Amino acid sequence: MSEWSQAVSGFRASGAAAETISGNRGLQIEENLLFEKDYGGRSGVDLPEPPKVRERIGAVRRKGRIGLPGVSEPQVVRHFTRLSQKNYSIDTGLYPLGSCTMKHNPRLNEKLARLPGFADIHPLQPVSTVQGALELIDRLAWWLKALTGMPAVAMSPAAGAHGELCGIMTIRAAIEARGERRQKILVPDSAHGTNPATAAACGYAVEAIPADPRGRVDLAALEAKLAPDVAAIMLTNPNTCGLFEPDILRIAEAVHRVGAFFYCDGANFNAIVGRVRPADLGIDAMHINLHKTFSTPHGGGGPGAGPVVLSEALAPFAPVPWVVHGKKGFELVEKDKKSLGRLKGFHGQMGMFVRALAYIMSHGADGLWQVSGDAVLNANYLLARLRGELTPAFEGPCMHEVLFDDRFLKDTGVQTLDFAKALIDEGYHPMTMYFPLVVHGALLVEPTETESKDSLDRFADVVLALARRAKAGDAEHFKGAPRLTPRRRLDETAAARKPVLRWRPEGSEKAEAAE
Amino acid sequence: MLRFSKDHEWVRRDGDIAVVGITDYAQGQLGDVVYVELPEIGKKVEKGKEAAVVESVKAASEVYAPVSGEVVAVNEALAGEPAKVNADPMGEGWFLKIRMSNPGELEELMDEAAYKDYVAGLS
Amino acid sequence: MRYLPLTDAERRQMLQMIGAPSVEALFRDVPEEARLSGPLDLPKAMGELEVERALAAMAAKNTPAGSVPFFCGAGAYRHHVPAAVDHLIQRGEFLTSYTPYQPEVSQGTLQALFEFQTQVALITGMEVANASMYDGATATAEAVMMANRLTRRGKAILSGGLHPHYREITATHGRFVGFETVLAPAAPEGGEDLMGLVDANTSCVVVQNPDFFGHVRDYGALAEACHRAGALLVVAVTEPVSLGIITPPGEMGADIVAAEGQGIGVGLNFGGPYVGLFATREKFVRQMPGRVAGETVDADGRRGWVLTLSTREQHIRREKATSNICTNSGLCALAFTIHMALLGEAGFTRLAELNHARAVQLADRLATVPGATVLNETFFNEFTVRLAKPAAPIVERLAKKRVLAGVPVSRFYPKAKDLLLVAATETTTEDDIEIFATKLTEALR
Repeated sequence: MSEWSQAVSGFRASGAAAETISGNRGLQIEENLLFEKDYGGRSGVDLPEPPKVRERIGAVRRKGRIGLPGVSEPQVVRHFTRLSQKNYSIDTGLYPLGSCTMKHNPRLNEKLARLPGFADIHPLQPVSTVQGALELIDRLAWWLKALTGMPAVAMSPAAGAHGELCGIMTIRAAIEARGERRQKILVPDSAHGTNPATAAACGYAVEAIPADPRGRVDLAALEAKLAPDVAAIMLTNPNTCGLFEPDILRIAEAVHRVGAFFYCDGANFNAIVGRVRPADLGIDAMHINLHKTFSTPHGGGGPGAGPVVLSEALAPFAPVPWVVHGKKGFELVEKDKKSLGRLKGFHGQMGMFVRALAYIMSHGADGLWQVSGDAVLNANYLLARLRGELTPAFEGPCMHEVLFDDRFLKDTGVQTLDFAKALIDEGYHPMTMYFPLVVHGALLVEPTETESKDSLDRFADVVLALARRAKAGDAEHFKGAPRLTPRRRLDETAAARKPVLRWRPEGSEKAEAAE
Repeated sequence: MLRFSKDHEWVRRDGDIAVVGITDYAQGQLGDVVYVELPEIGKKVEKGKEAAVVESVKAASEVYAPVSGEVVAVNEALAGEPAKVNADPMGEGWFLKIRMSNPGELEELMDEAAYKDYVAGLS
Repeated sequence: MRYLPLTDAERRQMLQMIGAPSVEALFRDVPEEARLSGPLDLPKAMGELEVERALAAMAAKNTPAGSVPFFCGAGAYRHHVPAAVDHLIQRGEFLTSYTPYQPEVSQGTLQALFEFQTQVALITGMEVANASMYDGATATAEAVMMANRLTRRGKAILSGGLHPHYREITATHGRFVGFETVLAPAAPEGGEDLMGLVDANTSCVVVQNPDFFGHVRDYGALAEACHRAGALLVVAVTEPVSLGIITPPGEMGADIVAAEGQGIGVGLNFGGPYVGLFATREKFVRQMPGRVAGETVDADGRRGWVLTLSTREQHIRREKATSNICTNSGLCALAFTIHMALLGEAGFTRLAELNHARAVQLADRLATVPGATVLNETFFNEFTVRLAKPAAPIVERLAKKRVLAGVPVSRFYPKAKDLLLVAATETTTEDDIEIFATKLTEALR
């Protein structure tokens, strides 16, 4: 961290900011905040004069200006179009963020999610008027169960972490129904931060399981920690090192032997979808990130969806609601005695369900077999292409993502962060950095199956050349990167020390909304 | 009397009061400190247990009480200027003052020379 | 398969480079007995046209709100979303980008989030807001947990006027996270003594405005009473458009606002995805859950944006994080931001006035229907009607006559058989109101 901030102050002096009159640079156009372009009473919508009626809101009529700027439609369209042009995206290029599965987002899915029959229906309309929507949820649930081999699925969780919450709550409900109380959840060191956060949120103490030198769960260490006070293990498989846990069946057996449950973080399901069914691995519960494996768009940070497949033992405790086949067609169960209760308003992320089902049906069983095959092939191809200059963290083939450490940068004066930032100037989004924590200076690369060989080759050429450049002693090149982006490295220390989280009109100190 | 813990806290004795902060080594490891979460005055702290939290941009670390007792003062200035922890960790960057319940605990901590050796062994 | 670029020849070349005999060989770490030998016996790949046909057939079995006179609300509201909103959020640079962890290549998303946070703070009358939650209901549960952390207390009092889903979700969290929830009885006609339930372990009182039954409240006195008792006031809002003409929670003394943002920019979508709005006071910001964008400067001293205060979050704090939330509702937040930008001050206020006026027209008309009584003295765009017959069968009957007549309260509270929630928005026409009143009159006869 400290080296980084020195680097920042170092190149501030030599900064080559605005060489043009406007501050714009060709297609990169500067754009102020919306709030800095207020055009009085203007609006980008034309609404009719409200009919004259006797107001019924009581004595709480809002007084004073809200402070929203007035802007016309062309100005709004230009504002957000310019903002969009400051983003990297899958549509523009390879997005090798490990553990995020940034694959192509088919536009058919967008089109279908916007059919009025899906997009313009209310969650509380009579169920007789939404039979097609319930059919779609039921159909997607059927696919998710078939692909995982699991008997049940809770559809309502809104994202991966929400799915984890659902899974761990379900496990706790099942344990409590047995009349037991257990205190601990085991989580490997390499886990996503959401895993320990979820376990803690559900009232469990988190105990770490170390990784062995092969980047896998240390089975002996795990077995030593398994005791009757353990509620569950939370394991990502393939794990965050991009490796499949070869001992998984023995892990499952050991976990079950002490009466605990096996929760699998399904973030990396893309590596095995259509080829391996989690049920066959002894898993009791697993969330599926529809926004990863099944390609619903990430949207700059959501919305996602995180349905959780459940074993027979856990199914009765799943959160409401769920869809059943009733006498008059599909019905919604919204109250149930055994259920752990409700976790999400209404029925889950319908818009994401439509997209995911369209994706799954487009691929079919044969296409999904190819998806995981190509995802793993692409990652191993990058491993093979890059291993000459970079240092793979572990030996042997990887799954859908490949992990490097920073040994190849030793004595170059270039840090993992600098190396990744240099990629930006070359037109690539950086890979995941400094995660997982079990490896020093981690660089986690996940190309996904929707990259062509051509695209992988060009990326590999760039990474190799950068590695050679670092080794040749050109550290300055890396420390100053990126140079060609709308903004260069940003001062995160200043942002965190004196947080400015909203715009305020010039001259106004802290908000009028006083204590 | 100045003493050091293995978790890189320093403690300076002033009668039955112990002034506590983090060492220069610790602030160097953390990088730019952006926030310090301090305990309430009157809180009872126990040797080796969490007393405060110090945050940089990318990490949050617990600061453990090097001695047991009651918190009698905290460094309010750190709220507005957490950078003091980086600039002057042993001086203006102090965290809290503890009225010691068992001053004998100080004897279990390292002196300056021992801590210097300890840190040298870490890198 | 149209989404997979590799050719068989390339696959062979790549395997050669890797030094593996086959793709299957790369799966060698998967125990043999758990590996399938070929694709599952499930439907095969389909072309775009076939998929479209199959899903369009499902969509056709539903009755879209826009195709009939429509009066459903109860936490999800049908509004007109300007065409520019959907166009802009479908730009690939917004749609297909990840969470903006790399600020140099994400300034667009980050600036939009900063604008979103500002809009949310302004309309709720609060000092700061985060970059969104899943929805209003989960935001409410998070607000309670935040109040627990801030007060170091463990009991939340949930108003009977709070949306039942918000109550259920908060109670579920309470059971597993380990805090107590006290559910005040549902009060369709309003009036409840929440302060009577507050004790020394109460972290917060959670109310809604307008409440679930449509009543508009002034929570100023409640806020003061809460603060005297050392508790916080959490105000939930399910209809963000109401904030255009109703005094915002911040001005009533709320400490945390948890709102559903769906009504601005996001369609009905059968209940999701929606967008949770979360706002609070500046001094509480380090206990706020979720991501937040902040202003800073770049290496050349130019203004820019980053995700900040991330030490609160799970990827740094792990088991000590303020929340486990990671992916939130970024694209819906963007839709909210764009719609709000288009509305502006004048449009937002006008939209709220229009909603209220339509609801008043609806209430006045329904009040003339024999067997229907409007319970509310105050409301924004939704209110409760007591019917002389059970509401659920009436709604079912009207649905057959192509009127979506609102939400029977019995869907949430089975004993409240005669109550119906009805909502009107700017999309409601005078003709819609007339058709509804006529059909309801027939059904109640």
